[in-house]
Amino acid sequence: MKRDHVPIRVDLQLIADMVEPNARVLDIGCGDGALLDHLVHLKQVDGRGIELSQAGVNACVSQGLSVIQGDADTDLKNYPSNAFDYVVLSQTLQATRDPKGVVAQMIRIGRRAIVSFPNFGHWQVRWHLLTQGRMPVTHSLPLKWYNTPNIHLCTIMDFVGLCEELDIVVERAMSINGGGKTGEIHSLRRANLFGEQGMFLLRRR
Amino acid sequence: MIVAAALKSKENIDSRDCRYLAMLAFYNRFLAPGNTLMNPPQQSAAGTLPDSASHHAVFGEDRPLRLDCGVDLGPFSVAYQTYGTLNRDRSNAILVCHALTGDQFLAGPHPVTGRPGWWNLMVGPGLPLDTNRYFVVCANVLGGCMGTTGPKEINPRTGAPYGLSFPVITIADMVRVQKLLIDHLGIDKLFCVIGGSMGGMQVLQWASSFPERVFAAVPIAAAARHSAQNIAFHEVGRQAIVADPDWCGGDYLRQGRKPSRGLSVARMAAHITYLSEAALHRKFGRNLQDRKTVTYGFDADFQVESYLRYQGSTFVERFDANSYLYITRAMDYFDLAAEHGGVLASAFRDTPVRFCLVSFTSDWLFPTPESRAVVHALNAVAANVSFVEIESDKGHDAFLLDEPEFAATLSGFLNGCAEHRGLS
Repeated sequence: MKRDHVPIRVDLQLIADMVEPNARVLDIGCGDGALLDHLVHLKQVDGRGIELSQAGVNACVSQGLSVIQGDADTDLKNYPSNAFDYVVLSQTLQATRDPKGVVAQMIRIGRRAIVSFPNFGHWQVRWHLLTQGRMPVTHSLPLKWYNTPNIHLCTIMDFVGLCEELDIVVERAMSINGGGKTGEIHSLRRANLFGEQGMFLLRRR
Repeated sequence: MIVAAALKSKENIDSRDCRYLAMLAFYNRFLAPGNTLMNPPQQSAAGTLPDSASHHAVFGEDRPLRLDCGVDLGPFSVAYQTYGTLNRDRSNAILVCHALTGDQFLAGPHPVTGRPGWWNLMVGPGLPLDTNRYFVVCANVLGGCMGTTGPKEINPRTGAPYGLSFPVITIADMVRVQKLLIDHLGIDKLFCVIGGSMGGMQVLQWASSFPERVFAAVPIAAAARHSAQNIAFHEVGRQAIVADPDWCGGDYLRQGRKPSRGLSVARMAAHITYLSEAALHRKFGRNLQDRKTVTYGFDADFQVESYLRYQGSTFVERFDANSYLYITRAMDYFDLAAEHGGVLASAFRDTPVRFCLVSFTSDWLFPTPESRAVVHALNAVAANVSFVEIESDKGHDAFLLDEPEFAATLSGFLNGCAEHRGLS
């Protein structure tokens, strides 16, 4: 089952590092299965995935990953409470119809949830909007307003606010800047300005 | 009077059969044989046929099998086919469950029709069910007509064919018989149970009844219950059979008759449900059969008509009408949730089985929502499940045909399971 380390995206690596070996993991919006494959083979986790695109699902199953076609907005309610040690939502929250409901479901079905998202409070986003007066197109938000799947963008501060509203404990808060440099969030205001992505490890109170 | 009428219509079908002979050449040239409507089965990808062997086992001699209908059946025999070799740990066995009109002959030439087995594209060296790696078993279902005890076999108590005295069977009964066979083969845990359509129902039943005996389960183009529409189609087929005077109240074998017309109409109606409008249009459109214009009569003017007639006429050569009644009934009765207080998830509570469900976009007999309902039930018990919907215009029969993405799904899933199971 062990296999050599294949490099994965920096944010996925960060998530992988948070997950303990042999854990039960549900990866929502698992895409082509890069994170799942990494977790299954390098951390021996019992990994499952949900992916919206059929092409992504078929690619995952063809490499032996346990993935179903499904929608974060509608299908999480089918899972029993505490079914997983970790429920992961990587770069998908902003594309859901009901982000609050999705986070609430994640925290119900998992002991812990890991959420990462592009930070709309990043200075480049603000600068783009301020100077050009048009919807920002940046490194982590590369699509135009009319063809982006991102319908519920938020800032790191917004997300922390949502966690407070849902009475969720933030165990770890991290940011990733443009250069791929990662770090724990100490000052929210600073992270909200300089973090290109936010990443949170959450649990129920 | 009735006999005379029957004889007269028998002549009719015979004269029609002559016309079929002419069509036959056309079909052999342009169309795939048997179930494989659009794509002729090819030799296995590796170009060689798997090692296979025919077997027969007898059960229920000392202790009869209690069927769902309450009847104790025994003795009865099971005809099965094996491909590849069972490893020393007996951990590499795959049980394939066949569909309504399928049989145990997965690959290699069929002993009755001479055509390639129904899963020639999937079972063989280097194919998804790789016979160099796995030991593949397929048994004719209980109630079938290819060697396993069914209505056409002799009842040892009477010395005559069972006919309608054969007990009504269920999918669970079929699975009980398969389990006896797996016990008989000394296989403690099947590496995988796999099957399409009715085969998929058996897979779900296996996973539910004997979860500890199954490592992985692959129900393809299946459902946890037969829908009202599907029961309706089956009823049309059954009525066609029983309306045939040659059916003789089910006693046709003893009376030396054969309800070929009824069975062939049943097959024609069913065959439409196995395809899709798109596939029929792609292959036949409104094309006429060997003629420039319509004949203003009821001959098979259209290619699609002759195709269906041909499907009907070849089917009756290899299938028993009473078996068709019994097996369609077993499918109609299938409702896995009903066995568990109406909650499908309860059929799979704490299941250790790894599932992979597959559906096809143009399958209107077992459409994707049926598979999705099973997936949701499995999610509700946090089972390990994969679910793939394959884009295809070939309808329900797509699982028998050349669908590369489907083959890749099966290979990938089985490889992943083999890795977890520690199979080399």
